[in-house]
Order: sequence, then C-alpha cells, then structure tokens
Amino acid sequence: MSAMPTPASTPEPSRSKAAGPMVEAIGVRKSFGAVEVLSGIDMTILPREVVCLLGPSGSGKSTLLRCINHLEKLSGGRILVDGELIGYRERGDRLHELGSAELARQRRDIGMVFQRFNLFPHLDVVGNITQAPMLIKGESRAEATRRAHELLEIVDLAGKANAYPHQLSGGQQQRVAIARALAMRPKLMLFDEPTSALDPELVGEVLAVMKRLALEGMTMLVVTHEMGFAREVADRVIFMDRGVVVEQGTAADVIARPRHDRTKAFLKRVL
Amino acid sequence: MTTTAGEAGVGRSDDVRDKRIVPRRNWGEWILAALLMLGVGGFALLVASSPNVAWSAIGEYLFDPTIIEGIKLTLLFTVLAMVISIVAGVVIAMMRLSSNPVLSGFASVYIWFFRGTPLLVQIIFWFNIQLFIPSIDIGPIHLETNTLISAFTAALLALSLNETAYMAEIVRGGLLAVDKGQSEAATALGYTPFQTLTRVVLPQALRVIIPPVGNQTISMLKTTSLVSVVAAQDLLTRVQNIYAKNFLIIELLLVASIWYLVMTTVASLVQGWIERRLGQSESEPPRLWRAFRRLSAAMGSKG
Repeated sequence: MSAMPTPASTPEPSRSKAAGPMVEAIGVRKSFGAVEVLSGIDMTILPREVVCLLGPSGSGKSTLLRCINHLEKLSGGRILVDGELIGYRERGDRLHELGSAELARQRRDIGMVFQRFNLFPHLDVVGNITQAPMLIKGESRAEATRRAHELLEIVDLAGKANAYPHQLSGGQQQRVAIARALAMRPKLMLFDEPTSALDPELVGEVLAVMKRLALEGMTMLVVTHEMGFAREVADRVIFMDRGVVVEQGTAADVIARPRHDRTKAFLKRVL
Repeated sequence: MTTTAGEAGVGRSDDVRDKRIVPRRNWGEWILAALLMLGVGGFALLVASSPNVAWSAIGEYLFDPTIIEGIKLTLLFTVLAMVISIVAGVVIAMMRLSSNPVLSGFASVYIWFFRGTPLLVQIIFWFNIQLFIPSIDIGPIHLETNTLISAFTAALLALSLNETAYMAEIVRGGLLAVDKGQSEAATALGYTPFQTLTRVVLPQALRVIIPPVGNQTISMLKTTSLVSVVAAQDLLTRVQNIYAKNFLIIELLLVASIWYLVMTTVASLVQGWIERRLGQSESEPPRLWRAFRRLSAAMGSKG
C-alpha cells in the first residue's frame, strides 16, 4: 500500500497474489431453464491485461461477466479469480456453493460497473462511494471520505461530491459508479456495457476514464460495442457468439483481419 | 383609446370590450345546495332541541378520568399493534418473496387467512383460546392459558396478527418497487444479503411504504374499538361501561366520537407533515430515515 497516495493516481491496482492468471474460466456452462447461454467457455485473463468481450446481443457476454463475480450461478465448469475458485468450494468430486458471507468476501475484490449505473439514489455521491468501504472493510468515515475525494478527482468529478445521482448526467453517474467500484480497491474490474445506456455525446467521458484506468495497470474485462475503445485500449479482444468463444487475439488482428465468418458478419454490422 | 378610420375591422372593439361577462349559473347545483343546507340544519336543530339528549353530560364526561384511561389504552393498542405488525410484516413480506416454496407458501397462507377472516371473529377467537388450549406445559413449566391470555393480550394479539397481514403486503409492494439493479450493485460490491436489505433496499422502499402505513395507523385508531367485545378497557369499552349504568347512551357515544375524531385528526396532520417531507426531494432519502440513521450511527460509535 502506498503511504502517500497522490490525488491523480489510481491506487494500487492488480495486487495479484500469484503470478498466474487473474481470471481463468474453464469449460463454463450456463443455462436458463432449457436455454443454454454459455456452452463451454475457456478464457484466461492475465494481470494488468485489458480484454474486450465482443459479440452480438444474446451471445452470452454479459452472462459470462456476471458469472465471474457469481451474480449468476454456474451450470458447469469453473471460474478462478487470482487462483481462487469463485462461488464454490471443492469437496471430493463435487462443488458446493459458498454461503453468502463467503461470496460477499470474494466479491469485495472484484469491481463491477453496470450498463444502467445502479447508483444508490438515496445517498449523495460521497455516500455512494464511501458506504461499501466503511460498511464492509470497516474504514473510518474520515479515511473513506478522503479517498472518495481522491477517486472523484480521478474520474473528473471533484465538484460533484455532494450531488445526488438524479442531479447528474448519465455520463457523470457512470463515472461515479466507476469510483464507487474502485473505492473497494479491486484487483479486477468488470464492465458490463458501460456506455450502452448513454447519450452519444457522453460516451467519450466514460471511455476516457476507463482508458486512464487501463493505463494505470488495472486488470479489466469489458463487454462493449465500442470498437474504437477496443482497438485503442484492449490488449486482446475475445469474440463470442451463441455461447462460445469464436476467436480471440489482438484487437488489430480480430477487428481488422477476422478469420471466422461469424466475426466478419458481426463486424460488418457494427463498424 | 380611440380608433382611427384607418384601422378598419377593429372599429367596433370599444363597445365589445366594455360588455360585462356573466358566467352561466348552474341552477341545479344551487337548488341542491339549498336543500342540503335545509336538511342538515333541520337535523341539527332536531338533535340540539331534543329533550332526550342531556348536552351537559357531554362536557361532564369528556375529561372524565375513566374516559382518559380508555384513551390511553386505545393509543397503547394502536402503537403496540402498529409496531408489532410493521416488524412482523417485514418478516412475512420477505418470506413471501423468498424462493423457498415452504416459506413463501406459509406467508401466502398467512396473508390469505388473516385478511380473509373478520377481525371481530379473530378477537373473540383469541379471547376464547383456552377452550382448546387449556394450559401450556413446557417441561416443569405449567401455565394456565386463561391467566396468560387476558382480554388485553387477546385483543393485542388479534389486532397485531391481523394488521401484520396487511402490512406484509404493503412492505412487499415497497420492496418490489426498488429496482433489481440496486441489490445487484450492492451484492457486487460485497454487501451481505442483510446489509443489502438494510442499507440499500429498505431505505428506498420506505418512500413507498410510509404513506400507506400512515393510512393504516389512522384506520387502526378506530379499529381498536372492536376490542370492546372482549371488554379490553379501551375507549369504547369505558364508554359502554358508563352508559350501562346511567343510560346516557347517545351522550357517551358522542364523547367517544369526539375523542376518535381528535385522535384521527391529529394523526392525519402528522401524516400530512411526513408526506410533505417525503415529497420534498424526489430522490433524497426521507428525513425520518436519515434522522434514524444518524441516531443509530451515534449510538454505534459510542458502543
């Protein structure tokens, strides 16, 4: 931990325990009733890597993301974050689902940003950012508030500390949501279509913050339709369709020279 | 203002402007209003001039110590029944929303039963519970149901259990009104289910829950009078006891009515004040809740 945090730096991302992968998905399957949404996903994300998940709607990108912090239960396979099995305890040849306290503990280290922001409307901006660290990590109000102001600096919202969510634009709300997730000092950030609910002119400010975060070395998995962001910021893109990974590689390779017909068809539609 | 010949077409505007506008009288409404006043006035005169109503008795009994004791008990029944039913209502509402079929089934049956049977029947039922449970024996402990369930406990039990069913539906509505993304965001941050409920969902549900709870409280003030059937010593019981002796039935019922009106009016004013506070800020938390949070935070920091 840095003893003297400078206001404009993202504090200590990616404090990985092991040198191994940050996220490892092995044969992940997920069904909703009779519909199989994920049909055996294998995926590895390294520390400090920025990976964009691309694919048509209904391809299972968001579901995969939600499996990583166990907002969705798996139907098969397993997911490890920083070497730790998420959501289950292995006992003999079975995986037993963890209790709510254990699940909460695992989720603390995984930040998530939602398409519809989901800020707490009954708390002001600082309240939104400080509640989790105070409640869950037992940080003092003074410490949490000081850090909230630091984070607001990072997301360019220093003047909005005491505003309520409904007084903010969508882009500002999403940046507060990013600050709220960062306040828990996560080692991994999940972004679930963070700019899809925004007016076009507000997309840029959110992507700018995400890009800054990526440059600071945060491990990020981003479900997005923003090809420009993927090309510019992502170390790697993964293209999914109908519950499987179709192809992956560097952004330049997959977007400029797609090998599979499904990728080509998708890119023709979005580019 | 003068008009020149050049402004043709507006030349007649002076005569038009000066005419008085007479709104159309709705004669039907006026006649009805007159008849109504006549009827109400006549009835008031009839009551006021009746030789059978001893008006002085109303003033005499209005602040009678027995009546005041009754009012205290009526208020006690109201407050206790509301507090118990709010707490139990939250529990039943959460059971109703649970994915466990036994829990949600129990809650559904509870609500169905207690909303579906008359409160009066429930009051009499609890008062007579010793008929089929004469005593409670737990190991060496032996309790006579008769001593355990007095008129007071029977009345309170019936009021609370009945009100819980209505409260559960109100709370459930409030919980469902909170967007699912709210609890997802809290869960993703690492809140436990209990923290999610108490810190994120309930504070937002309160905005939806408080207005109907106010209505229920006002209604409860009057509903408590039903417990007079088991002589639970509320306001109506006291009034009945007095007029059983002196036969000033109308006078004492008027005394009771005056007090019920006073209590419901005060409660309505309080409710209006709370709702105005709630309505002031669309998305800020209700002040009531913030005040409560501040209080609990202060108590927590001392402990």
